[in-house]
Amino acid sequence: MEVKVMKDILGENDDIASKIHGMLSGKKIFTINLMGSPGSGKTTLLEQTMKALNGELRMAVIEGDLFTSKDADRISKYGVPVVQINTTGGCHLEAPMVEKVLAKLDLDNTDLLVIENVGNLVCPAEFAIGEDEKVVVLSVTEGNDKPMKYPLIFKESAVSVINKIDLVPYTDFDVNQAVDDITTIHPSARVLSVSCRTGEGIDGWLDYLREGVKRKRG
Amino acid sequence: MHEMSIAEGILGIVKDYAEQNDASKVASVGLLIGEMAGVEIDSLEFCWKSLVRGTLADGAELVIERVPLVGTCDSCGKERHIEHYNFICPDCGGTMIVKSGRELRVNYIDME
Repeated sequence: MEVKVMKDILGENDDIASKIHGMLSGKKIFTINLMGSPGSGKTTLLEQTMKALNGELRMAVIEGDLFTSKDADRISKYGVPVVQINTTGGCHLEAPMVEKVLAKLDLDNTDLLVIENVGNLVCPAEFAIGEDEKVVVLSVTEGNDKPMKYPLIFKESAVSVINKIDLVPYTDFDVNQAVDDITTIHPSARVLSVSCRTGEGIDGWLDYLREGVKRKRG
Repeated sequence: MHEMSIAEGILGIVKDYAEQNDASKVASVGLLIGEMAGVEIDSLEFCWKSLVRGTLADGAELVIERVPLVGTCDSCGKERHIEHYNFICPDCGGTMIVKSGRELRVNYIDME
């Protein structure tokens, strides 16, 4: 017999993600899901963020990584509370993994929660983990063809950060083409060009975070 | 490779429905997969085959129906297929809001 189902395959994940989002919103925490390729500069962007916003905003970080705590070690040097999730080979974070570690953070004293996903331009895009917004980091050395090759992650991300902009003169990276492609896939996306090494454009990124935190406080 | 997570999601739904309907064997599972769903079909079928071995869905076929990526313009209201991931309305420059094409859904289960 054929039984009609019409159920979302990732429904269970989405339900837990909604629950997390509701809980974090209740505490007025602005939460971002930070995604991008390995080596695109996600952790370096976080380091720049902590340097600039320490004392201004109360941050907490959840670090997703396959096996190591290398990124979490980098974060903890800044005195920001950080929890490590090791996916032991898993290529993306899922909502139940985040739910499990939330109790380790002092969420009553947090304004901004950054969840750094596993480095990957494919799988993380499909899994909500309780965030307000997804952010994707694309670095100049990856090439400007990446938005069209991995459209889903750019479609899902409210913000696309083009990092390593200081390297543009040494590559064939066409910034205008990258921005055009991102805004074709996602017309309302905010595209920020930054260099985490020189600090260029970081102010625009910080303003985005400040706006998000302000919006959540209401 | 998140197709194993997706296969696990399907099997979870299949087991729930089989139990509710007192079924002991699943012949096929109908899926709706959107054109812009982040899933590699070959990889999903491979994961599914290895995952269901020894379960009531052993040997069950995945019958996959692709759902085209269709959007509605938020400005002129026209509905059309979205080509080349271009979400800008070719008629008026408005933004195409996705109506279908992101599905990852179990449509039906054929069980005995």
